[in-house]
Amino acid sequence: MADTAKPKGGTARASTSRRRGRKDTSPGLGDEKPEVLLDYYRQMVFVRQFEQRTGQAYTQARIGGYCHLNLGEEATVIGLMTALQERDYLFTNYRDHGYAIGKGMDPKRVMAELYGRSDGVSKGWGGSMHMYDTETRMLGGYGIVGGQLPLATGAALAISYRGGDEVVMCQMGDGTTNIGAWHESLNIAKLWNLPIVFVVINNFTGMGTTVEMSSAEPELYKRGAAFRIEGERVDGRDVLAVRDTASRLIERARTEQTPFLLEAWSYRQKGHSVVDPAKYRTEEQRDEAKADENDPIHLFGEKLAKAGLLTDELRDEIAASVKAEVAEAADFAENSPHPDVSTLFDYTYASPVPNESRRMPADPVFAE
Amino acid sequence: MSVITYRQALRDTLRAEMVRDENVLVMGEEIGVFEGSYKITEGLLKEFGPRRVKDTPIAEEGFVGAAIGAAMLGLRPVVELMTINFSLIAIDQIINHAAKIYGMFGGQTSVPMVIRTPGGGGQQLGATHSQNIELFYSFIPGLKVMAPSTPAEASSMLRAAIRDDDPVLFLENLGLYNSKGEVPEGYAEPSNDTVATIGRAGVTREGSDITLIGYSRMAMVATQVAEKLAEEDISVEVVDLRSLRPLDRQTFVDSVKKTGAAVICEDDWLTYGIGAEIAASIQEGAFDYLDAPVRRVAMAEVPMPYAKPLETAALPSVESISTAIKETLSAVGKRVG
Repeated sequence: MADTAKPKGGTARASTSRRRGRKDTSPGLGDEKPEVLLDYYRQMVFVRQFEQRTGQAYTQARIGGYCHLNLGEEATVIGLMTALQERDYLFTNYRDHGYAIGKGMDPKRVMAELYGRSDGVSKGWGGSMHMYDTETRMLGGYGIVGGQLPLATGAALAISYRGGDEVVMCQMGDGTTNIGAWHESLNIAKLWNLPIVFVVINNFTGMGTTVEMSSAEPELYKRGAAFRIEGERVDGRDVLAVRDTASRLIERARTEQTPFLLEAWSYRQKGHSVVDPAKYRTEEQRDEAKADENDPIHLFGEKLAKAGLLTDELRDEIAASVKAEVAEAADFAENSPHPDVSTLFDYTYASPVPNESRRMPADPVFAE
Repeated sequence: MSVITYRQALRDTLRAEMVRDENVLVMGEEIGVFEGSYKITEGLLKEFGPRRVKDTPIAEEGFVGAAIGAAMLGLRPVVELMTINFSLIAIDQIINHAAKIYGMFGGQTSVPMVIRTPGGGGQQLGATHSQNIELFYSFIPGLKVMAPSTPAEASSMLRAAIRDDDPVLFLENLGLYNSKGEVPEGYAEPSNDTVATIGRAGVTREGSDITLIGYSRMAMVATQVAEKLAEEDISVEVVDLRSLRPLDRQTFVDSVKKTGAAVICEDDWLTYGIGAEIAASIQEGAFDYLDAPVRRVAMAEVPMPYAKPLETAALPSVESISTAIKETLSAVGKRVG
């Protein structure tokens, strides 16, 4: 096991208080091509602005249901998504908008899904928590904590069954690591040597409960040890560190046909969902979550600026073009038609049965 | 035609489907080396190897969910849950995921899997191992729930379930495994394409005095009741539901329209049970044809006791069903034996 983001002082225990004031310990930009670096920066800005727009539309009641945003976790999202090959599969939880876009889904259709429109990726049937796209192999956001773990394990089983060289990435939050499905899935994945990387996004708060309050072993990357699964921890504020660590584990999962565990820690800038004011955090904790030094976009932007790749003009230019694109997505969603009520019974069964119930609430069971 | 057991019908059909389609695999507790707690998977490991016959840990949520994920990528897993009681451990995966994935992703992916599982009382297995809790699954749109009662049905319905693109909960009953019946020639041939129509009930015995409705083991018992009452000159029409979701209301409603009376026999608890849905459907579809109130004969509403006399008393029997039929008929002045 390697702890690639060990905080100063030698302990890997990353409680909120101990993380405070920590300097960025990530590596530099390496020899990555400038256009790639700027593309990552742009993608992160895109996710940030998309989510801000989403939050705005939610408070305007244009989006219903629940809405969980990736604000503060953009480097983790883009780092993980750029590490995946096109042929690799992704399963996520309900905090899935950024992953959907990062995996290559059309942001316009992601936004339309949030609006519950017929051009949405799931035709308006899923909403915020259920982005899905066969083509880009984003196999779904799932709303039940940990529900996606057994499914992702099964997808890896199908790959292994056919002798394929794809890998499954299964994303989850820190709160997931205490449910039965976590233990059962990691056990099965190792037992059957499945090509899967379990990724825990540790923002140190499962809704409002801290990781120390819920996990007897709060250093989550170590918890694969019970299943002989190698685990690593990475600074989730650093897009390149996330990409490099994830890439290495994905390629090992591919070649060695075995599961891995990756923990990426970062700050969730806002509450669990748009309607959560995060009152369980102290003012100090809230400031810490939003601090520039913990903001992945700020951190990466500074690094690019220092390297002479990102001027103020370019930063503004990127922000403006992203803003236009996000506005275009919102317009697309606004103008997409609502699903026709006549389609209400279209997606109950893949193989429909003649006498399946297609009864509207006030209809008699036996219509003449 | 040959006469075989329900167990044999399942085993041969499962094997035939594995030969036919490389995507079909079986998964579950003790199904490989142990050859299945009820020996339905006997011989499969030897023939197909551990890639296609996967012994799983005793971790129902994990392996049922894994089967769902594998099905999303196009495999056709047939999961064996040792008893339906253990499905409760996996109920999140079955109800929240298997049933919902096709709908909540707007029809982009389906879950072509089968969960085979025995249930039922009568074996002195006590409260947690003697339940018929198919109601939980029959309640859920997106799932298909099948409950064959004869070896021929077991074969053609299992074949249909495996080839269907939706998740199917396939109910077996411990009391049926050794029961025998005729199956058509070639039922075990991989090339056999005769599949049951999912969601279709059957009138398995014609009669004119009263309709008796059952499913799974109770459909078999219903036939015994009809045979016995025939000796007393009471003509009972038997409807075997075969499928609990989708539910074929038309078949039993048409039968009730013909006979004018109905008794429902069920191996589950009365309150909110399957019989409640059947009775409500008869009321909605054949009220004007009814000569008597619809009567339900169900399991006693207790956690199943272990002691044999108590367990026997708790389950519907040929006698208790016959009594209910006679009482129903006498209530409307129909001739009773």
